[in-house]
Amino acid sequence: MSKKIKLLLVDDEENFINTLAERMKMRDMGSNVAHDGETALEMVKDEAPDVMVLDLRMPGIDGVEVLRNVKKAHPHVQVIILTGHGSEQDQELCMQLGAFEYHKKPVDIDRLVKSIKGAYRQKMEDMMVAATFAQAGDFDDADQVIHEGDKK
Amino acid sequence: MIKLADIIKHPLRGLQSDVDEAESPVRYTLLRQKIFALMAVATLIPLLAMAVLNYYEHKTTMAREIQNPLRVLVNKTKNSFELFLTERSSTVSLIASAYTYPELADEKKLSRIFSVMKKEFKGFVDLGLIDENGTQVNYVGPYALKGKNYAEQRWFQEVRIKGKYVSDVFMGFRKFPHVIVAVQHMTEDGRTWILRATLDTHQFERIIASMSLEPDADAFLVNSQGIMQTSSSNYGKVLEKMTFALPPQTYEPAVLTMVDPLGRDVYVSYAYFPDADFALIAVKPQGSVLKTWYTVRGDLLFIFALGVVAVFVAAYRVTDVLIGRMKESEERREMALRQVEHSQKLSSIGRLAAGVAHEINNPLAIINEKAGLMKDIMAREEDFPAKAKIDAQVESILRSVERCRGITHRMLGFARRMDVSIEDLDVGEIIKETAGFLSNEAMHRKVDVRLEVDPELPRIFSDRSQLQQVFLNLFNNALAAVADGGRIVAMARDAGENVEIIVRDNGCGMSDDTLKHIFEPFFTTKKGKGTGLGLSITYGIIKRLGGDIAVESEQGVGTTLTITLPKGQREALA
Repeated sequence: MSKKIKLLLVDDEENFINTLAERMKMRDMGSNVAHDGETALEMVKDEAPDVMVLDLRMPGIDGVEVLRNVKKAHPHVQVIILTGHGSEQDQELCMQLGAFEYHKKPVDIDRLVKSIKGAYRQKMEDMMVAATFAQAGDFDDADQVIHEGDKK
Repeated sequence: MIKLADIIKHPLRGLQSDVDEAESPVRYTLLRQKIFALMAVATLIPLLAMAVLNYYEHKTTMAREIQNPLRVLVNKTKNSFELFLTERSSTVSLIASAYTYPELADEKKLSRIFSVMKKEFKGFVDLGLIDENGTQVNYVGPYALKGKNYAEQRWFQEVRIKGKYVSDVFMGFRKFPHVIVAVQHMTEDGRTWILRATLDTHQFERIIASMSLEPDADAFLVNSQGIMQTSSSNYGKVLEKMTFALPPQTYEPAVLTMVDPLGRDVYVSYAYFPDADFALIAVKPQGSVLKTWYTVRGDLLFIFALGVVAVFVAAYRVTDVLIGRMKESEERREMALRQVEHSQKLSSIGRLAAGVAHEINNPLAIINEKAGLMKDIMAREEDFPAKAKIDAQVESILRSVERCRGITHRMLGFARRMDVSIEDLDVGEIIKETAGFLSNEAMHRKVDVRLEVDPELPRIFSDRSQLQQVFLNLFNNALAAVADGGRIVAMARDAGENVEIIVRDNGCGMSDDTLKHIFEPFFTTKKGKGTGLGLSITYGIIKRLGGDIAVESEQGVGTTLTITLPKGQREALA
């Protein structure tokens, strides 16, 4: 786990997300920042991060949409929701869509770091399981394997 | 006060308009009066109509019942009179036909005939034979009337014309009231003579006596000139003028009502004789015969009065009950409205709180990150003179952010429209579990926390996490209220359809003023430490779970909160 965790931080509140990115860098996590949903999705397409920290309420494509798209295209990317507006229903929906954790703003930095690390571990485990399954069976597509594994 | 006609015309309109406006006691009083009057009128009118009808029906029936016997009696007595007179005149006729003139002119023979007549028929006083010139040829009787001439007398002329004659009562030579019966007879040789008998009126008195009338009743004979033929007790002696006018002539017995000269209301029953110039009159005061009627009328009046009283009592009672019910439902409606209002107030405050909390969370997050970054940077900096001081400021900012976060999250919790998830659970277990969260603080402060959970407590259907929140809230409040070394008792017991949870502390208690507001959001007594949302949230949850919460408190003695939760699953919870 010595490898740098690749983070993507998505929030339209630039003042907030830039500061957060800076703090994450100080904690040895490489952070990219996107200020809206479209940019975030493009950035994921270019280079999938390990963990994504995502706000829900954004202009344009909102957080829930981003989450849905990301989990569909890159199931192994772990998404942590960090929002100031979330309701119970939002939380439930996000968890259903495969979010790793759900936090409300403002969040304690140590807690967020712990959560990110947890998400990264989860991603590694998922990848390993997928790899094992891929070896055992003759599946080319790891996504599908994970999907099947989840169901079990 | 109330126009009866108005009520009768628009009874329901009056009621409806009143119901709508009925709020103040004055309205209720007015409504009560209207209903009462309406009911009284609606029942009294038929009652009155029935009473009046009954009264007249009874009266006419009674009058008929009284008059009929009178009529029959008069008719019977009239027949007796007629029979009496017919018998006497027939006897005289018979004698006139059976004997020849010489025989009748013989004093001894006439005397013998007369004695037989007297023996057979009562009432004969004397018997005389009168020739065609009016001279009494022969006479048997107590007076010396032989040789007396009657040619100038009216009866003589009448018998000469009619052949038979019954006179009115008169005094004549004899000086006592009597009646004469005269029959004219014609011999073969063309001579006419007249046989005349006198009847005393004792026989009349006897027939009238046989009517056996009451003492205040009267019966008498009178002739067509209104001259009394027998004595009466109230309307003149024999041969005097009757003191009231003769009734119209009729041979059939008839009954009149009139006021007699003595001023009494009387029934006059009478009949004229077809063969003689008499009328039989019986007078009966109404007072005596109507005695039964008066009793009946009294009974009727009494029953009517009783009915009226009963109607009033019933109307009063029914109105009372009706108004009571109306008041009750009005109050219940008002209470329900107040409750709705209260919950609406809570929910709108909740929405406002949620909006504020959401808006504040974003800038709060920025402050948090900025201060956090400052802290991070300072951690890498080497010591400089003000470093410790700046660190302290940053820490203070972060602590304040943490406090704000607590507030906004609780505000969101208050507003949260959580989905209630009902499960079958053990309340006692939840209480024990929740109390466990606070055992550290309680131990630290030497607060005696006692749990008295009924081991037989049934499991209920409710929401576990919400109940946890409720109990946590109550325990927190109790802990805040008691002094170090105080006592908190939590009880749970079966209460019929509900389960009852009581949390009692011996803490500082509350004033009545505080009690009134404790379930309102943002009302707090923990200056600066509380949000004032705890009991408000608790109240909302308990209501949502179909339960109820009540509070009792006395300053300096302690506070008792009682929660009742329904055992069963309620559709309303969904």
